[in-house]
Amino acid sequence: MFRFILRRLIVTVPMVLIVVTLTWGLIRLAPGNFYSGEKKLPPAIEKNIREKYGLDRPWYVQYGRMMSNIVRLDFGNSLKYETESVNDILRRTLPVSAAIGVCAYLLALAVGVTMGTLAALRQNSKLDYASMALAMLGISVPNFVLGPILVLVFALSLYWLPPARWGGFPSWNIVLPVLTLSAVYMAYIARLTRSGMLEVLRSDYIRTARAKGLSERDVVIRHALRGGLLPVVSFTGPALALLVAGTVVTERIFAMPGLGNYFINANLNRDEPLIIGIVAFISVMILLFNLLVDIAYAFLDPRIRY
Amino acid sequence: MKDERNPQVPTEEGRSQPPLADGAPALTTRGTPPGPPIRRREGDEIHPFPETAVGEGDVRPVGRGRGDAAAFWALLVAEVGFILGVFYGHHLLGALAAPLQGRGNFWNGLVAAALFLLLYFFAVPRLRRRPAPGEAGAAEGTSLWRDAWRRLQKNKLAVFGLIVVNLTIVAAVAGPSIIQRYTGYTYDYIPPESELIRSFPPLTAPGGSFSWTHPMGTDSEGRDILARVLLGGRISLMVGVISTFVSLIIGITYGATAGYLGGKVDDVMMRVVDVLYAIPYMMIVIVLLAFFGGQSPLGQLFLLFAALGAVSWLTMARIVRGQVMSLKNQEFVLAARATGVSTPKIIFRHLVPNALGPVIVYATLTIPSVMLQEAFLSFLGLGVQAPLASWGSLASQGIQNIAVFPWQLIFPGVTMALTLFSLNFLGDGLRDALDPQMRKF
Repeated sequence: MFRFILRRLIVTVPMVLIVVTLTWGLIRLAPGNFYSGEKKLPPAIEKNIREKYGLDRPWYVQYGRMMSNIVRLDFGNSLKYETESVNDILRRTLPVSAAIGVCAYLLALAVGVTMGTLAALRQNSKLDYASMALAMLGISVPNFVLGPILVLVFALSLYWLPPARWGGFPSWNIVLPVLTLSAVYMAYIARLTRSGMLEVLRSDYIRTARAKGLSERDVVIRHALRGGLLPVVSFTGPALALLVAGTVVTERIFAMPGLGNYFINANLNRDEPLIIGIVAFISVMILLFNLLVDIAYAFLDPRIRY
Repeated sequence: MKDERNPQVPTEEGRSQPPLADGAPALTTRGTPPGPPIRRREGDEIHPFPETAVGEGDVRPVGRGRGDAAAFWALLVAEVGFILGVFYGHHLLGALAAPLQGRGNFWNGLVAAALFLLLYFFAVPRLRRRPAPGEAGAAEGTSLWRDAWRRLQKNKLAVFGLIVVNLTIVAAVAGPSIIQRYTGYTYDYIPPESELIRSFPPLTAPGGSFSWTHPMGTDSEGRDILARVLLGGRISLMVGVISTFVSLIIGITYGATAGYLGGKVDDVMMRVVDVLYAIPYMMIVIVLLAFFGGQSPLGQLFLLFAALGAVSWLTMARIVRGQVMSLKNQEFVLAARATGVSTPKIIFRHLVPNALGPVIVYATLTIPSVMLQEAFLSFLGLGVQAPLASWGSLASQGIQNIAVFPWQLIFPGVTMALTLFSLNFLGDGLRDALDPQMRKF
């Protein structure tokens, strides 16, 4: 187990470097840069700028400098928000994205597991069909359609909730974004739970548990859920990748000052340090989470040995 | 198009033989990758001896119904070919209009739609037909494709999905030119100031400003939303199909090679896939599109095809690899090798055609997910660019006016949701039909 974790941690480092290199390469291969905007700079100024940011050096020097900075966790200053370092921006925007993302995932977990379990227990009932159709709807309705419709209903027609913007962590502003973001996960988790539970409920150890005379409650909650939730655990890895795309769109809809929104703006502004900083940060997060998921999996499923 | 007696697939003769007793060890799923489990199916002629593989009794020889494989392929070609054909058909038919545009030759769209329906109605009855007694295939039972079709028809939601998807395709194919014929509006026609109509769709129209010229209303520039939604449908469907096709090509090549060669090559190739799985590739696609896009609307579209195709082949590669691994130790491969067929030929002409069932199922489910990703990107302003439209970019324009003109978001959004909904149900239904053991109970 320990060796497995160590090995995975060691693999993580080159993978992050690969992602960062790929991003950097794309940025460098593209025509133009942050300063080649609409206004043509006088040659002298352009030369100074190139010198200041080391753009006049050969590419391998630039690459080496970027890499050594990254290894020291120093991403430099943003080009657009000149007074702020990338680290400051990450520190400022991460809580916003994390609050939305974590709340959405927890909500999805609670609702999805309940829905999936109920559907599995009453297989082929009306409840089963209804919740699975609902789940399919959740997968099919893009969140940029769901979000605005929620805004239209709850903010612009009923005036119950604020339509957008960030208002600190526990505030009413967060309700609509969280609902929007969690719909997809809810749907996936409900489907995964249902199929996992159906498989487990037919297994021998559940029959044993029933034969022992355990109450249905105990059978489901203490025995079946543990096995039935394994697919949900392994979904957490891909879910993170989805979460990145989802938060970008959700933050865009609700004008949230989160990581995703900054990432898109950084791309549109060609703000190289900020792009690289966010890409590196998110890659590390995703890889670490994947590792955690694998470890959790080993604890939950005694059949798995590393 | 494939004929049922197509000599290109010489293995099919071998596959209808009754099962041989041994061979179980070669067919266990030892060493198959994580991911969707590969199961054998009952009555499945892809596997010569499925029963022994899973240790079931009831050995039932499986025969081929005549013409149903052809019919199934006709369906597929109708579905895929016509989405492609409509865009490039303008060139083929010598029409003056540029491809990708909703204007131009009125008959192009109609002809394409009619051909589509014709092929469709040629294919469906053939799949539906039961073989007459005495006809080949009648006594031995039924074939994979016919079985699948029958099962699919029992699934109401899948049939609903099939119908809606086909209606969407026909509307997207024929719609824009019909609209142009009768109202003069194209997706990018902005009427001059004096003729600008601020039109509302039925229920929201105050004082009867609803007009049949614009059943879905107009957008903030005065363009007809219906024409734009239909063009958006064309482009969204096209991105879905072409990118899925790209991912199919990469995934099949990669997975089949890894599965067939096995050993160290397989180890390395699959480790690469594992590594790629963990990369947040949407971020890289965003960077790619932001930095390389924006040259021209058409170039942007090709960038989208390539980028989305290049990031969605991983699961496909795993599925194909698993299939190939379970097939490669069988007699027909041995026979091919003994007669001196080259490795690439064995992979692409003997193994891949036999692994297509799960591939088709997964491809059907890839289409909506790719369409969703395209919509995300277009919503963020990185995908399809004006004056072209996709459902995602229409929604992002609509969201700016949501308080005043909500239909600008609702029409493209609901159309998209309905299409994705149907595609997902169709994919699920196909999986249940083609692969009953994969069914989630």
